[in-house]
Amino acid sequence: MSAFNAVLLRDLRVAFRRWSELAHPLIFFVIVVTLFPLALSSTSSQLREVGVGVLWVATLLSSLLALDGLFRSDADDGTLEQMLLSPAPLTVTVLAKVTAHALVTLLPLICLVPASAYTFNIPLAALPTLAVALLLAAPTLSVLVGLGAALTVSLRRGGSIVGLLVLPLTAPLLIFGTRATDLSVNGEPTTAPLLFLGALAALAVSLGPLAIAAAVKVGIE
Amino acid sequence: MDSRARGRGRAVSEFFLMNGHGAYVWSAYGITLAVLVLNAWLARAKHQSALQRARELAAQAEVPRKQPTVRRL
Amino acid sequence: MKLPRWFHQLGSPPYVYRLAERLCPWLGGLGIVLLAVGAFWGLVIAPPDYQQGDSARIIYIHPQTAYIGMMAYVVMAIAAAIGYVWRLKLAHAVAVSAAPIGAWFTFCALFTGAVWGRPTWGTYWQWGDPRIMFEALLLFLFLGYLALRGAFDDRDKADRVTAILAVVGVVNIPIVHFSVEWWNSIHQGPTILRAGGPAMTNDMLVPFLIMVAAFTLTFYWLLLRRLQAEIIEREGDARWIRELVAGGAP
Repeated sequence: MSAFNAVLLRDLRVAFRRWSELAHPLIFFVIVVTLFPLALSSTSSQLREVGVGVLWVATLLSSLLALDGLFRSDADDGTLEQMLLSPAPLTVTVLAKVTAHALVTLLPLICLVPASAYTFNIPLAALPTLAVALLLAAPTLSVLVGLGAALTVSLRRGGSIVGLLVLPLTAPLLIFGTRATDLSVNGEPTTAPLLFLGALAALAVSLGPLAIAAAVKVGIE
Repeated sequence: MDSRARGRGRAVSEFFLMNGHGAYVWSAYGITLAVLVLNAWLARAKHQSALQRARELAAQAEVPRKQPTVRRL
Repeated sequence: MKLPRWFHQLGSPPYVYRLAERLCPWLGGLGIVLLAVGAFWGLVIAPPDYQQGDSARIIYIHPQTAYIGMMAYVVMAIAAAIGYVWRLKLAHAVAVSAAPIGAWFTFCALFTGAVWGRPTWGTYWQWGDPRIMFEALLLFLFLGYLALRGAFDDRDKADRVTAILAVVGVVNIPIVHFSVEWWNSIHQGPTILRAGGPAMTNDMLVPFLIMVAAFTLTFYWLLLRRLQAEIIEREGDARWIRELVAGGAP
């Protein structure tokens, strides 16, 4: 079994051992998405205008919640050091952990989005594009979240800073993702922003693990 | 003579008004100048306080050498 | 490969400190003079734009502060990368010194841009405009770098972790520059750095370039002063520092 699969399966197993914690980002997402219509108390067309943006921002924010599980808990019990010492390259291990995070946190979030899109009166026709955009953005988002987690792994209270680091870097995802969704709401072709999201994903997945591995190494040494 | 002075005064006030754009131009230049001055002050202050701390460290290092040894006969 | 002497000297804190001490009066003096000359030229001598009127005078400070902010980030990223790869404390010191200056210049760029945008496009700010958004992202990158730096107790660890952040963020610099070409933006396209040469008449180009030089010199003056402070802090009670302050340093 390759190192990637080994680490991936291990992380998945660890995550599911505390499956109640898996629900936290999802509950957070639902709360955020509910708060907006309450706060805005607006007409249905206004909801539709803000809905796309709200959904994206809520997804970004919720994905930050599972950060601690990425590296810190492994750093605390020494597992991360073992991963550093193991013959498997750290970039592969890191990629596996990031993938696990994507599967465990982002995928369920993305599944929630269609139902939430309904509350914002986003037309059904736009949902496939929304889903595709989210799926294309997910790898980049996971890498960025992983980077934030790695940069702060040695900090005792790194949680408050991570949002400050990661969220600005997710701005391009937000820009392209909402653009794609808005375009599809208006019935226009969405290939350009989707291609950009795909390109970002390719870039993130290929170069991201290098930066994350470097950050983990520095954080633990 | 009087109309020339008034003309000059009008030119100065026109300069400040910038044909209605005065607020924009002056706030832009003003904030930039303020930021430059602030940065200059901050950089100098940092330098000076670092030198001051170095001076204190150097003074501490010298003190033990200056203390006379007390010899018991 | 035998490296030139100056290369090794640049890794020596006392050498760099003394070099900065000699350079700073020139950088600062010339910078101030050029700032005064350029500002006067731009505010008084240069003609108002036939479309934008006098608010076009902001062209003598807005692009310059934006450019310096981006330069500061590149300096920071390169210095941090050098420090990371070759474990040079001095390089990390340069990166740390550049960050706050770059943040302030980027803030100026955003402010002057907003103030310019109001009479020109009718709005101070436009959410979703690519250039504004990525320039704001640049400011957040600086702030994130400084925040992350401050969160570490161990300076060496802080150096190396923030170096990673700095290098990752450098992709934003070409994005900011090319954003007006890649997307529809209310911001105009590049006027100076474009194929075919600057699209500006000389009576505007000269003060424009004077201000570019002025802000650049000022940036490096600020950088060197901060670098000096950083060097002293890092070297602690090294002998050359003791000699420096004993010799009646100002």
